[in-house]
Amino acid sequence: MSIHHLRINDLTVSYNRVPALHHINIEVGCGHCVALLGPNGAGKTTFFKTIVGLLKPDSGNITFHEHQTGRNLGDVAYLPQRENVDWDFPITVRGLVEMGCYLRLSWWRKFSNEDRRTVESALKAMHLEELADRQISALSGGQQQRAFLARALAQDAHIFLFDEPFAGLDKRSQESLGLTIKEIAQKGNLVIASHHDLKNVHDFFDQVIFLNGELIAHGDTDKVFTEENIAKTFSTSVFSGVTA
Amino acid sequence: MSRIIELFHHTFIQRAFLACALIGFTNGFLSAFIVLRRLALMADALSHALLPGVAVGIILFGFAPISLFIGAVTAALMVGLGAEVISRSSRVKEETALAILYTVAFSAGIIFLQFAPVRVDIDHYLFGNILGVSNSDLWLTYGISFVTIATLVLLQRPLFLMLFDQSVAATQGVNVRALNYLLVTLLVLAMISSLQAVGVILALGLLVAPAATVYLLSDSCTALFWGGGFIGLFGSCAGLGLSLWLNLPAGACIVMFLGLMFCLAYIFSPKYGLIRRYIKRGHYHKESLARWDDGHKHES
Repeated sequence: MSIHHLRINDLTVSYNRVPALHHINIEVGCGHCVALLGPNGAGKTTFFKTIVGLLKPDSGNITFHEHQTGRNLGDVAYLPQRENVDWDFPITVRGLVEMGCYLRLSWWRKFSNEDRRTVESALKAMHLEELADRQISALSGGQQQRAFLARALAQDAHIFLFDEPFAGLDKRSQESLGLTIKEIAQKGNLVIASHHDLKNVHDFFDQVIFLNGELIAHGDTDKVFTEENIAKTFSTSVFSGVTA
Repeated sequence: MSRIIELFHHTFIQRAFLACALIGFTNGFLSAFIVLRRLALMADALSHALLPGVAVGIILFGFAPISLFIGAVTAALMVGLGAEVISRSSRVKEETALAILYTVAFSAGIIFLQFAPVRVDIDHYLFGNILGVSNSDLWLTYGISFVTIATLVLLQRPLFLMLFDQSVAATQGVNVRALNYLLVTLLVLAMISSLQAVGVILALGLLVAPAATVYLLSDSCTALFWGGGFIGLFGSCAGLGLSLWLNLPAGACIVMFLGLMFCLAYIFSPKYGLIRRYIKRGHYHKESLARWDDGHKHES
């Protein structure tokens, strides 16, 4: 089976003519769990938002499996930062996971038994069956992240873009979530997660991308996760000129 | 009570109840979207913004429902879109621009009404006159109710995605901007259909209170849509009945009744009510311990 690749060619994105990302070139294959590392203001969220088509690049292009990425592409699931979610929204875990099927169903098709099975297997994969009828605010932080992962699984996504998934989680939940996303990647998906804690990079991620406005380094964790690259990424001022 | 039953023999009372049921259900159904999209402030602004359109409609075409309709839609859309244009093209935020535009529009409406060929009672616009509902008003209400409910039911999935998270919805191919405009347009239509019955100020109550009540009772979006509709319908008809019985203004009775239902839910809701919250306080430790155990069962 050939491995699908996410290819980013010469990507530049700016806000009001201030560049947030500058001439980025990256190629990552499916099956990897990638940590996106960089200081605040380094362009990590911009990077994700451009891949999913929420921001328009000034130059360059992004392709997955030789197709241009952007909106309406079921292959890519974007999991936003937890603080951007309205946790009081009247929805249960099952309802949230069912949303993953909406893209495929569009607005007119009936919710079939096949879709129901997809939802159940996504809940099962994330160990959420018993919590399926709970409102989303009545979950722990780790369970909430797993609920969003289950939605992405129901969407049948192959690229999981995770914005700060470990933020606000205790150590045990971090470990559990880290192993879960590692498993998802091992099943042939591509997981890219922006991450702050440099201590556990080796535990969960087999590749790292160092980003600070421009690409500092990208490659296998064993080779690229070095003191030199860390210093280069976190010690220099932010590329855009707007410090954190 | 026999007086009320006797009143039912009059056509204008039957029309009033029918209008109340339709408007109550439509506005109640729409209220779920207003509450989840946090458009209550926008609804308040638009309710005032309709006035200059209504005034110009009366001046140009007389006191016909269609002239009020066209005038009101035009004025409300101008204010709604104008606020967005100003916020996008300057550093002024949208709610500030909206507040400026709707107060200016309302003032313009009051001035325009001085030039109306017929004397227009501003109280009538603000508080409505349900017993004066004509057949043509009723037809307009039928049309608006049908269009509103059909659109919301058909587009439930994309609307649902948009209400939950606009940016994720956009990544899933939902045209978020178009859906936002659509919601505002439906809001304006619902207000126009409420104009004659309860007036624009009280229409706001019908457009927020039903879903806000269900929001305190249920964790299901579907329950919010349909429950809001039925609470709106029940509250409107019960309020009207109460007003006939006690000989009080109908619009005010309807909104008071809806307010009462909201208060009951706020205090007694089994899940999110004040009493439940108060009683829960004693069990915080137990609650959090159970949740903690639950949370770690799968994470360990």
